[in-house]
Amino acid sequence: MSQKSNWPLWEVFVRSSRGLSHVHAGSLHAPDKEMALRNARDLYTRRNEGISLWVVLSTDIITSDPDSKDAFFESPQGKDYRHATYYKASEGVKHL
Amino acid sequence: MAPTTPQEPGLSAVPSYEEQQSQARFDALINDDSRVEPRDWMPEPYRKTLTRQVSQHAHSEIIGMQPEANWITRAPSLKRKSILMAKVQDEAGHGLYLYSAAETLGTDRDELNDQLLTGRAKYSSIFNYPARTWADMGAIGWLVDGAAIANQVPLCRASYGPYGRAMVRICKEESFHQRQGFEILLSLSRGTEAQKKMAQEAINRFYEPSLMMFGPPDDQSPNSAQSMAWKIKRFSNDELRQRFVGMIEEQVKVLGMTLPDPDLHFDEEKKQWIHKDLNWDEFMNVIKGNGPANAQRLEHRRKAHREGAWVREAATAYAAKQEQSEVA
Amino acid sequence: MNHEELDASLDSFGDALASATRVTPGNALRPEDIAVAGAKPSDEVAQYALHLGDDALILAQRLSHWISRAPEIEEDIALGNIALDVLGHARSFLTYAGLAWDKTEDDLAYWREEEEFTSLQIVEQPNGHFGVTIMRQLIVSIYQHLLYSRLLESADETIAAICAKAVKEVDYHRDHAIAWTIRLGQGTEESAEKMRHALEILWPYTGEMFQDEELHSELGDVAVLPSSLREAWDAEITSVFAEAGLEIPKSGLAMAHGRAGEHSEHMGYILAEMQVLARKHPGASW
Repeated sequence: MSQKSNWPLWEVFVRSSRGLSHVHAGSLHAPDKEMALRNARDLYTRRNEGISLWVVLSTDIITSDPDSKDAFFESPQGKDYRHATYYKASEGVKHL
Repeated sequence: MAPTTPQEPGLSAVPSYEEQQSQARFDALINDDSRVEPRDWMPEPYRKTLTRQVSQHAHSEIIGMQPEANWITRAPSLKRKSILMAKVQDEAGHGLYLYSAAETLGTDRDELNDQLLTGRAKYSSIFNYPARTWADMGAIGWLVDGAAIANQVPLCRASYGPYGRAMVRICKEESFHQRQGFEILLSLSRGTEAQKKMAQEAINRFYEPSLMMFGPPDDQSPNSAQSMAWKIKRFSNDELRQRFVGMIEEQVKVLGMTLPDPDLHFDEEKKQWIHKDLNWDEFMNVIKGNGPANAQRLEHRRKAHREGAWVREAATAYAAKQEQSEVA
Repeated sequence: MNHEELDASLDSFGDALASATRVTPGNALRPEDIAVAGAKPSDEVAQYALHLGDDALILAQRLSHWISRAPEIEEDIALGNIALDVLGHARSFLTYAGLAWDKTEDDLAYWREEEEFTSLQIVEQPNGHFGVTIMRQLIVSIYQHLLYSRLLESADETIAAICAKAVKEVDYHRDHAIAWTIRLGQGTEESAEKMRHALEILWPYTGEMFQDEELHSELGDVAVLPSSLREAWDAEITSVFAEAGLEIPKSGLAMAHGRAGEHSEHMGYILAEMQVLARKHPGASW
């Protein structure tokens, strides 16, 4: 008799109210996707925290490599002309 | 980062250039009060310490369900029964939030569970004391959860992101746990003589063990300094114990009860609370497994796991069949 | 975090943290509201509420035993949620029933004798292994879902209001029981055998669920005739069994009359455990 459960790990995302995105809440174990959704409901919305849930197999998530973080996220650094605050000359002009 | 070529014996202790770089990045995160996240490089001792601490914390929540679950079916009113059930259920939830955080460090839940069931992992020794009377539900909520909260509030800022986030969630939910315990005692303290006696006895039994929940005195807590340097811990065992004892000394007056520590007082000169000497021999003995309920607690968990094996297997088998038929 | 911040966090612990995120109890009818606002029911209506309340109370008492003993911790939480829901229904129905006789939910739960309890015998059947509990849940939650759905139209407003909350909750309990029945029925040979066994030992107690009492006809459109639920219940449970690879057993139906206070041998132990502490301290409040 196996003492291990071998139930896969699922990541849970909760939408707390309409108009907001789903936010990662944590993970849980479940044998399949239907049970994962039910377990997520029981574990992560016991206090009205959510109106919608996503579950996704942990192993299905593709993440950026933290070791190559510098190369991956360097480009936007210093490109302050992408932000409205860069444009000083038009300060004080209404509705702009 | 793993070396690609086997190193010569004797040279393995010298960190590679990449390791030095990674260590520097890690140190910078800690110094900046930023957070370490799951896939970041981290020193092995940091990972090990955290895995141990977070999983012990999870095990404590799971084992900690038992003394209270023991009273659900006998709760003396339906309202109390609902509250207690919700609380014990929360503890299961908190255990899962913490296992979830521990798993991000690379040890899966089956392994963590195995460590608990085989006695290799520790959990908070307070749960190895039996909950003998209904008043213990009050004392556990007020003193044990109170001590846990004092420990946990600073952990919301722990340097490891998933741990801190789990603690934020847990602290939010636990806000009712301590209050419901206090109110159980408050009702008893306003009740019959038998109820008052029950309440005082429960406080007497849980006072010392709850003070010991903060761990050994600072001068006997070898790992604390490193944990503080890593910003996992933010305050020392004694600092937190001091705060806790100061709070309950006030609160016990509202109950009209006493703490079993007649000489407890605040020393104005030293600016600290002087409480009775705690029985650290007993503490160590309970940790070693010789507390009144150690054997019972572990066997309860093992039995649930053993008796649930066929259910877990059946669900796994069903999932496999479904997957096959989806592919076909 | 410095010392001042820690002090502040600990001082305001209960309030500040609780309000820091969207965590709410929601708006729903609570037993406390019924005690305050509920109109006093007639003796007959109270008796009917007692039936519904006793079923829920004994079932909750059984289910609550699972917490810390389930096959996986996720399931401790699921069964805990279900037990809490069902206990909530019991409290609402008992509170309402008690208004007729100046009794509280606790007077009714803790200070009645076994023969005064009107619960069906199916709910007092032992938890057994997980499969037995799931089968009992399947039988009862499909039944309660049908019953409460019909009671939304009850001529008694309070009963309808209690059912308005309860029906959504038992809908989920039904869903939970169906999901597990299918998994265990179709899982391994061992689990299928265990489910067949569970069905066999519980099936005899399903007969009582559909027996009409005089009270039901007296109450007219306040109540639902249990026999009128039979067809829909049969259809639903048969379709779950079909998916789970189970068959309705050939065994007959037990002579059971829990509604009249005639209970199985299990009931005495359930009540002994539930009532022991309260009865040790007569007149005490908790």
